[in-house]
Amino acid sequence: MNEDNYLNAGFSLRSWFFTTDHKRIAILYFASLIFFFFVGGAAATAIRIELATPQADLVSSDMYNRLFTMHGIIMVWFFLIPSIPNTLGNFMVPLMIGARDLAFPRLNLLSWYLFMLGGGVTLFAILAGGVDTGWTFYTPFSTLYSNSYVTVAVTGVFVSGFSSILTGLNFIVTIHRLRAPGLTWYRLPLFIWSLYATSVILVLATPVLAMTLVLIAVERLLGVGIFDPRIGGDPLLFQHLFWFYSHPAVYIMILPGMGVINELVSCFSRKAVFGYKFVAWASLAIAAIGFLVWGHHMFVAGQSLLASLVFSFMSFIVAVPSAIKVFNWTATLHKGSIHFDAPMLYALAFIGLFTIGGLTGLFLACLAFDVHATDTYFVVAHFHYIMVGGMVTAYFGGLHYWWPKITGRLYSEYWARTAAVLIFFGFNLTFFPQFVLGAEGMPRRYHVYPPEFQVWNVLSSGGAVILAVAYLMPMFYLGYSLFFGRRAPANPWNAPGLEWQTPSPPPEYNFDTQPVVTRPPYQYSPDFEAEPQNA
Amino acid sequence: MPEAKAFASQFVSSQHRDETAELGMWVFIATEVLLFGGLILGYFVYRHAYPAAFAAASRHTDIVIGAANTAILLTSSFLVACAVDAFSAETRKICVALLSGAIVLGLTFVVLKSIEYSDEYREHLIPGIDFNFDAALTNGAQLFFVFYFVATALHALHMLVGVALLAVLATLTYRLPSSRHRAALHSGALYWHFVDVVWIFLFALIYLPGRSS
Amino acid sequence: MTAWRPPLPLVAAWLALIALLGLTVMLAYVPLHMFNAVVALAIGCLKAAIVAAVFMELRHRGRRTFIFAGAGLFWLGILLWLGLMDFLTRT
Repeated sequence: MNEDNYLNAGFSLRSWFFTTDHKRIAILYFASLIFFFFVGGAAATAIRIELATPQADLVSSDMYNRLFTMHGIIMVWFFLIPSIPNTLGNFMVPLMIGARDLAFPRLNLLSWYLFMLGGGVTLFAILAGGVDTGWTFYTPFSTLYSNSYVTVAVTGVFVSGFSSILTGLNFIVTIHRLRAPGLTWYRLPLFIWSLYATSVILVLATPVLAMTLVLIAVERLLGVGIFDPRIGGDPLLFQHLFWFYSHPAVYIMILPGMGVINELVSCFSRKAVFGYKFVAWASLAIAAIGFLVWGHHMFVAGQSLLASLVFSFMSFIVAVPSAIKVFNWTATLHKGSIHFDAPMLYALAFIGLFTIGGLTGLFLACLAFDVHATDTYFVVAHFHYIMVGGMVTAYFGGLHYWWPKITGRLYSEYWARTAAVLIFFGFNLTFFPQFVLGAEGMPRRYHVYPPEFQVWNVLSSGGAVILAVAYLMPMFYLGYSLFFGRRAPANPWNAPGLEWQTPSPPPEYNFDTQPVVTRPPYQYSPDFEAEPQNA
Repeated sequence: MPEAKAFASQFVSSQHRDETAELGMWVFIATEVLLFGGLILGYFVYRHAYPAAFAAASRHTDIVIGAANTAILLTSSFLVACAVDAFSAETRKICVALLSGAIVLGLTFVVLKSIEYSDEYREHLIPGIDFNFDAALTNGAQLFFVFYFVATALHALHMLVGVALLAVLATLTYRLPSSRHRAALHSGALYWHFVDVVWIFLFALIYLPGRSS
Repeated sequence: MTAWRPPLPLVAAWLALIALLGLTVMLAYVPLHMFNAVVALAIGCLKAAIVAAVFMELRHRGRRTFIFAGAGLFWLGILLWLGLMDFLTRT
């Protein structure tokens, strides 16, 4: 690490907090997200401890409401949505497309400040007394019946929404305008395609959430509002507006994960991703069709039968592009030269867990089944398989894969593999029992339950302990590697992507000379010698 | 590290930078469309549910001020479009004059809007503050006026941001018209026109219904 | 100061917009029943199209800018279509 790089370009606080370097902003986001992950994780821990016994022995019902609301708000808006886009994406997008920075570096920094401001306001709402509406802020809970800090929390989420919009805007424009010479759309790494699709959702869905939250604040502050049933308002309108954002937001959370998996699977099978164009367009198809399915959250809420039928049908359709991806990853593995390095373990875990999460999503898209499963633990298990089993696993996989590039250090492969395996087992032990609980009819969002559900709940809480330990492990061995790890070469995985053709960690302006791309991505070959693409 | 250039190092030319900035503004406008879109959906839902109340409430809005404001805004957009055309070193005074005209019109719009608000306050048309309307239609009318106030207040906020933006651009143009400022003016103008377009639809949805019955 | 004149297309667009404003206000007072709303929105769309094409210079822009400008409208269409579908088909 003797040569100049972005890490030793400046050591003052100013050089970090007023930086416009996308790599440093990614690090700022990374540090903030670790913090929020632990806040949300602490709430999850408290929930699982409470649920270990059928009685209420740790918290009151009111406190329990606040706990799961806090867990949801923090994890969704302050961890999952920014996780891959704002850390790995922020760091890697310019590197992978051969650019020196994002198109609007100052907007990128502003995005981080907005995120921290929104996060701060939300944390204040939680510390001041909490929010008890659930992360969905359903009216009229959030308007007529809640005495908690809804307005403050809603303001925090509103502000952080603009941070999402700025990031999405930046990525879209960057990917359109700043690609290296020769880097045509079909030569882009699939991670870039999936981040592009994610950005489309960020830009087009988030403003609707912003408006919805404004309407809630108006209703709470003025006492009259657009969702107010006392003056003939329809609370279902809130749900439509909310899910117009929040269902596509699920794809904000999974698409970047899928993008990471493309990179990992091809790298550790030493093969190009099978069916590149299908995978690329599947990302955009998911982004587009993902906007047509939101009503499946409202099957039992009283929407019209026709609407339910259409939304149910669309929800089945959106599974097609997701399935294309899973099939293509599997086909990529076929006859590949598979290496079980830690990132690959995460990738394989992702494929399995995402498949379970996706298939149970199909159960729930089915009207007849959903009527029984709505608001049970079946739903909870389903979306945790997607968001935790999918997104968080992909996040860890990507983090390990690019760690040498980001920090210039190599981590302990032994501990990394151990953590990956533990996460997989801990996760399944935590959430698989919840499918059973849900199928047997245990509703979500209650802290007391009939004793016959206890066995499964204890299994789940036990799994959560393993999961918590496994999630803590990378803190230690990755932290250790920062100071004592071996120096990473420029291209430790022998991968052809542009990001690997520059030193680790990258210099301040990413590339010493402008890279020129002359071939498609993923050109792995057994005798591949990391030949630079620079011309 | 490359030496200081007229444009940031991620761009290859200042033209590249300017085109990129314009594209960014279009993305931002797409975001804004959806921001107002949420409100528009709410409007249509309740107009469908309470057609008579919406027509009656609509008749209570001030179409004179509404139409005047529309004309003002369309004209200010015209002036801004002219200012973009007149941007050059030789004609920079004309450009600044046109921008100033647009700013004055923008402020006039906001003043007229606040006169309208105070009239509505006197007529008990503000939901939550002693709202008073024909008893049979009061529910739907309240919903109309909640929509009305949120939408027009949000639009007025955009107007104020736009006026501030135009003022900054006028100052920059007066001091030193560079290609960078041309791009900034171009993006600022896009925003101003977009705010105009929003008003065109708000006018059609708020002031026009129910006039013929 | 050199002579600068407002370009003809801008003037024409401005006059057309003001004329359309007058027309839409007038037509609002003509009883057309349900068609009043249709007329008002159609004229609104026409006005918006003029602003976009002439003032926002979309007519001079390429396919990419068109897609960017259209994306917001397309997604607004999705929101209105599927959102209203529920409310229009309630029993």
